[in-house]
Amino acid sequence: MMIAARLLMVLLFVLPATARADNLRGTGNLGVVVERATGSVLIVDTTARKALGRVEGLGDLSHASLVFSPDQRYAYVFGRDGGLSKLDLLTATIVRRVMQAGNSIGGAISDDGELIAVSNYEPGGVRVFDAQTLDPVATIPAIGADGKASKALGLVDLPGRRFAFALYDAGEIWIADLSAPEAPAVTKLTGVGKLPYDGNVTPDGRHYLAGMFGEDGVVHVDTWHSLLKAERILNGYGRGEEALPVYKMPHLEGWAAVGDKLLLPAVGHHELIAVDLRSFAEVGRVATYGQPVFAVARPDGRHVWVNFAHPLNDTIDVVDTESLKVIHRFAPGPAVLHMEFTPRGNEVWVSVRDADRVDVYDAATFAKKAEIPAQKPSGIFFTARATRIGQ
Amino acid sequence: MQTIAARFQLWPEVAFALVMATAPLSAGEPADATKLANLVRQDCGSCHGLTLRGGLGKPLTADHLRGWSREQLVSIILDGVPGTPMPPWRPLLSEADAGWIVDRLQQGNLP
Repeated sequence: MMIAARLLMVLLFVLPATARADNLRGTGNLGVVVERATGSVLIVDTTARKALGRVEGLGDLSHASLVFSPDQRYAYVFGRDGGLSKLDLLTATIVRRVMQAGNSIGGAISDDGELIAVSNYEPGGVRVFDAQTLDPVATIPAIGADGKASKALGLVDLPGRRFAFALYDAGEIWIADLSAPEAPAVTKLTGVGKLPYDGNVTPDGRHYLAGMFGEDGVVHVDTWHSLLKAERILNGYGRGEEALPVYKMPHLEGWAAVGDKLLLPAVGHHELIAVDLRSFAEVGRVATYGQPVFAVARPDGRHVWVNFAHPLNDTIDVVDTESLKVIHRFAPGPAVLHMEFTPRGNEVWVSVRDADRVDVYDAATFAKKAEIPAQKPSGIFFTARATRIGQ
Repeated sequence: MQTIAARFQLWPEVAFALVMATAPLSAGEPADATKLANLVRQDCGSCHGLTLRGGLGKPLTADHLRGWSREQLVSIILDGVPGTPMPPWRPLLSEADAGWIVDRLQQGNLP
């Protein structure tokens, strides 16, 4: 044993230092692809356009999402079954995992990277954890003004160690300040509308918007105003046209904030609504192939890629934001679930769930650059999200 | 400016009709049980959970469905629940399909 140890030490001294430097790599070009049916994720390299490894044992990942640590080394995965897992992207391992609720929908990381918040359906509310250890820090039960527990969703981080989220059943929006984490200071905006089903914040962290399922309208909160209030915008956007059956809820995550406009899905219509980001008035519509689920902006804001709800979910529309017209339409394959651009927008990754594949496209020429095998892939998340408010 | 391929100029309603036309006509085992099971897990599962334990929508395990009749559940699938996000699947599923789904869910043996 001792001889083997000494031999090993000799070998280590003999190894040239350059060999060790070759093993170092950065994480800025890494990403995570959720494999929704097998409780696993792929760690992917966007420069090499391939998977580096798979992490298993993440529980129910149907509708899983994740956020990254500020150093872009760790991913915090929010599972449907209430699992919260901290993954090391470099070693492709789970470093911490807790079961924090019965049914969960999404999460966020605070602006200082110290707190992880998770929005839960069951028990309804938001739970906050230490980002290092995943130890519990605070619980905010989502009891509406009606005294009943609500599902919490649409959770995003805001500057100043705050989080905003919506109460689905009660129709409220809450802003929680976690500066003193043992005593969250919560501002409750009640009666904002019927069934806010998702929320998001503009890239500057200022405007929180929640889409409503129960009525034609969107709720807006300007978080810069110290007297927080919810105002209704885009009222009656359905214009009396009968809404189509909605087979998959649209998502405001990855909504397209492009220059002075915001493009939002119109629930139950084959349309995106363009909203002016100063006045929040409608400034146009885009007629689309189906009911939009995600509208994701290319980082330069010139194009927006849109995917659609079942059964028209094999197709992507590319929208030109100057003309608000679809300029390209193509069908990558069955069940296109999500799209994610590389940070400067040269390429875009597309999950094609029922073809068990993720496709990489050139974002300018639309040429396919690569295919990566994946098991029922859904969400795709790149580490550059670590640098963005609300992501 | 690129032209959009001819096949995409069909109205979505025609797409629906195509789906309906390929739906099974018999009252027995559906033509593609695998495809239906995949729809339930992946697409119904978007709201009801891939493991059917619920999400935005209620859980669909055998235990949770015990108190409902087959007719009630078939009706919910085909006609939805107005005022909630549960949509009517009648444009996309036949009565036979809906019945097969309900049977599998109530028995807890979805393939």
